[in-house]
Amino acid sequence: MRALVWHGTNDVRVERVPDPTILNPRDAIVKVTTTAICGSDLHLLNGYIPAMQAGDILGHEFMGEVVEVGKENTSLKAGDRVVVPFTIACGRCFFCERQLWSLCDNSNPNAWMAEELYGYTTSGVFGYSHLTGGYAGGQAQFVRVPFADVGPLKVPASLTDEQVLFLSDIFPTGFMAAENCDIKPGDVIAVWGCGPVGQMAIRSAFLLGAEKVIAIDDVPERLSLALKGGAEVINFEEQPVFETVKALTGGRGPDACIDAVGLEAHGATLDAYIDQAKTAAYLATDRPSALRQAIHACRKGGIVSIPGVYGGFLDKIPFGAAFQKGLTFRMGQTHMMRYMRPLLDFIERGLIDPSFVITHRLPLDQAPQAYKTFRDKEDGCIKVVLKPHEITIH
Amino acid sequence: MTSGVNVAGAERWASALGGAALTAYAIKQLKDRSPAGAALAAAGTALIYRGATGHCAMYAAAGINTANDMDETKRALAGPRGVNVEEAFTINASPEELYVFWRNFELLPRFMNHLVEVRQLDLLRSHWVAKAPAGRTVEWDAEIINEIPGELIAWRTLPGSDVVSAGSVSFKCAPGGRGTEVRVRLQYEPPAGKVGATIAWLLGHDPAYTIHEDLRRFKQLIECGEIPTTKGQPRGRS
Repeated sequence: MRALVWHGTNDVRVERVPDPTILNPRDAIVKVTTTAICGSDLHLLNGYIPAMQAGDILGHEFMGEVVEVGKENTSLKAGDRVVVPFTIACGRCFFCERQLWSLCDNSNPNAWMAEELYGYTTSGVFGYSHLTGGYAGGQAQFVRVPFADVGPLKVPASLTDEQVLFLSDIFPTGFMAAENCDIKPGDVIAVWGCGPVGQMAIRSAFLLGAEKVIAIDDVPERLSLALKGGAEVINFEEQPVFETVKALTGGRGPDACIDAVGLEAHGATLDAYIDQAKTAAYLATDRPSALRQAIHACRKGGIVSIPGVYGGFLDKIPFGAAFQKGLTFRMGQTHMMRYMRPLLDFIERGLIDPSFVITHRLPLDQAPQAYKTFRDKEDGCIKVVLKPHEITIH
Repeated sequence: MTSGVNVAGAERWASALGGAALTAYAIKQLKDRSPAGAALAAAGTALIYRGATGHCAMYAAAGINTANDMDETKRALAGPRGVNVEEAFTINASPEELYVFWRNFELLPRFMNHLVEVRQLDLLRSHWVAKAPAGRTVEWDAEIINEIPGELIAWRTLPGSDVVSAGSVSFKCAPGGRGTEVRVRLQYEPPAGKVGATIAWLLGHDPAYTIHEDLRRFKQLIECGEIPTTKGQPRGRS
């Protein structure tokens, strides 16, 4: 089959690799019909993630058709059309039983690595470094899905791939970010970062009853998409964020702040992390500062909700402000299986069509270029979807 | 145990980590018995009681005179010689279920990667074969010296084995429906003398880590019915 393979910093290639096979009794093999590039994939491209190995197949947002199942998998059969969540969960451990799916005890074959870094392991993730298992990802024509009796969600034929694809990550991730804000009538929610997760968080906040959403970014097309979603926007290149947020909330501050930027730096050591953080600080979005701003701007007794991914040690977090204002922090990888079915229902009822973020549709063989377009925010790029079984006609 | 146990998965893990895994159980070769070796064997016997009983609460259960044996054990362990390892995992199953699985020693190679085979000789005695470097194996006989069904299994190796060690595994209800705390204690003779390179190579690895990973695979096998793996999945050229 053909797959997108990581070879090193700024070096991803589409190449022929062996087809995946069933390795464990609860596995399934899925023929990928549509997949996407996630903002967090860019950190792999940019070489921020140390536990990558040349030859790794990327991709954690994908869907398709089941073509084979393991002998213990009785919940799927060949021909089922499924969306696959980006996290892998066993469904039977203490954490899965409590719906804390992304904290699954058992799905990371490299648990020891995560234990060294975090004390305890979290769940496996597709195509996202060996720290979370080194599972081959879904930017490929076929993918092996472990514990496929737990994660994949069957989707109805009445909905297109593009309508349901983002149930694999960004819609549940944005939704959980908004749900973590405990939105009550009159609440104002501020969202840092208007990438795809930020966009989903904005729409989800309104779905959950927010009075007002303030969206903060510096990319014009992302701000205009946020505006379309009903948010009031702040371009941090042009306006001072704290003062503007305060003015827009009558001096109260937002009831909850969402950091949809994150800083994905899985440093294995303190030094490595600091180096990565410094490197990240050169980026246009000044990533570590989003969390600092969110903490600073949040009203007293408010909530800081963090869907943006952090990996290591954060420098100069205004913890005094967090303590003195009595803030609550909610964070973590998305508990996917808690949200996929209810959000599919939202889509079926027409409450939201998550495909609104898509700007680019390409065959898989154009993925290497698409990574760069997405990274450089060229050509109005917000979200790229890829078709693994289509070939570019030259 | 659920019916979904996947031997193939465990075996893949075994071949993946293979020879690197043997540390904790196979420690001292006494084939070439020297006076020093005999002395160590005696010391090993002393060690056995402490290893087998594991902790104070178990002494009473084992019917051992603690004061005398502790003194002997302390003497035997003087200096850097005695090696004790203790690791625990909480597993989402009942103590009884876990005890029954473990007590069937012939199943242990499913999650203990360094084991090649365990044969039950009679109710109390068993024969163990483990991997060693360069395609060799080490073998030992073990006997159960204390057992409380559903709670504890303690064992020691028998004279004439390649390995001198003792250990216990206990199963204790975790609070609030959190499953069972499985705790392995292992005591073994450290390498010495001319056994040399092989043992040094073995001990270059971390025995606590080996037991920790064995217990993790036990948990995965019990909770999931299979051991998660990526061995055999597609990769690009590297």
